[in-house]
Amino acid sequence: MATATPEAVESRIVEALASFGPDVEQVTRTATFEELDIDSLDLVELAQIVEDEWGVELKGDDMKGLKTVGDAIDLVVARAS
Amino acid sequence: MTGASRGIGAAVARGLAEDGWPVGVAYHSGVEAAQAVVGEIEASGGQAIALGGDIADPATADAYFMALEERFGTVHVLVNNAGVTRDNLSPQIGDEDWATVIETNLSAAFRMTRRAVPQMLRARHGRIVNMASVVGLRANPGQANYAASKAGLIAMTKTVAAEVARRGVTVNAVAPGLIDTDMTSELDGDLLKVVPARRQGTAEEVAACVRFLASDGASYVTGATLSVDGGMSA
Repeated sequence: MATATPEAVESRIVEALASFGPDVEQVTRTATFEELDIDSLDLVELAQIVEDEWGVELKGDDMKGLKTVGDAIDLVVARAS
Repeated sequence: MTGASRGIGAAVARGLAEDGWPVGVAYHSGVEAAQAVVGEIEASGGQAIALGGDIADPATADAYFMALEERFGTVHVLVNNAGVTRDNLSPQIGDEDWATVIETNLSAAFRMTRRAVPQMLRARHGRIVNMASVVGLRANPGQANYAASKAGLIAMTKTVAAEVARRGVTVNAVAPGLIDTDMTSELDGDLLKVVPARRQGTAEEVAACVRFLASDGASYVTGATLSVDGGMSA
């Protein structure tokens, strides 16, 4: 399993979110999921990617509190350490 | 493929193997029957493994998927077929017989689905087929618990189908009527009067529908319940 450095997490999460539709340059730390048109199903898939990559399990309630790309990155980094 | 050691499940397992899928033959008590199904599939050039466990145990779904992922990789097709009956008129159905049927037929199918879906989303491909029943669509006195579990499966099918449709994952139900298996061997012969086709169906006739729903040809079919009942629900 890969090491969850903040840089690695940010890079993978940005890549994953961009694969759901938005242009990669739109996927900044401050961008909200609403702005990016990332919905709950996309976040379920993101949770699976995070679990596969770093063994970090994100439950539904964890995901509900996430508003921005930065929120997701910070949560995964915190959980992985 | 749960409930795959005999009856409809065994026929579906053999059919999916014939279609080229490596198959996990999940069973609860019929270890010899499950191994016989695996043996038949392997003898025909297919791949299969037997997976033992009590599907009503919440830990079983994960154990099955771990074994399958290790051996075959991502699971692309899930058939929730395991089912039990505890028939009685409603006043005589105890809490245990109610719970056993709901847990095995409905809750276990949900846990298998919950475990399967995230990987199917990532794969942008998945097929889930839930074995419902004609009694989930029309009354059959003596089966309030079984009917509730099967109607619940149909409702779950529709909802999960709508949730995941845009990722190439389909979720459908098959609703068999009177099928010639161990489960129906004790049924009253008069029941055939309510079947327009005037005969029982075969496990292979149900398997054919599951095979279709699992195939690429059914890629735009989702949230549906396909009745396989000789017209019983018509």
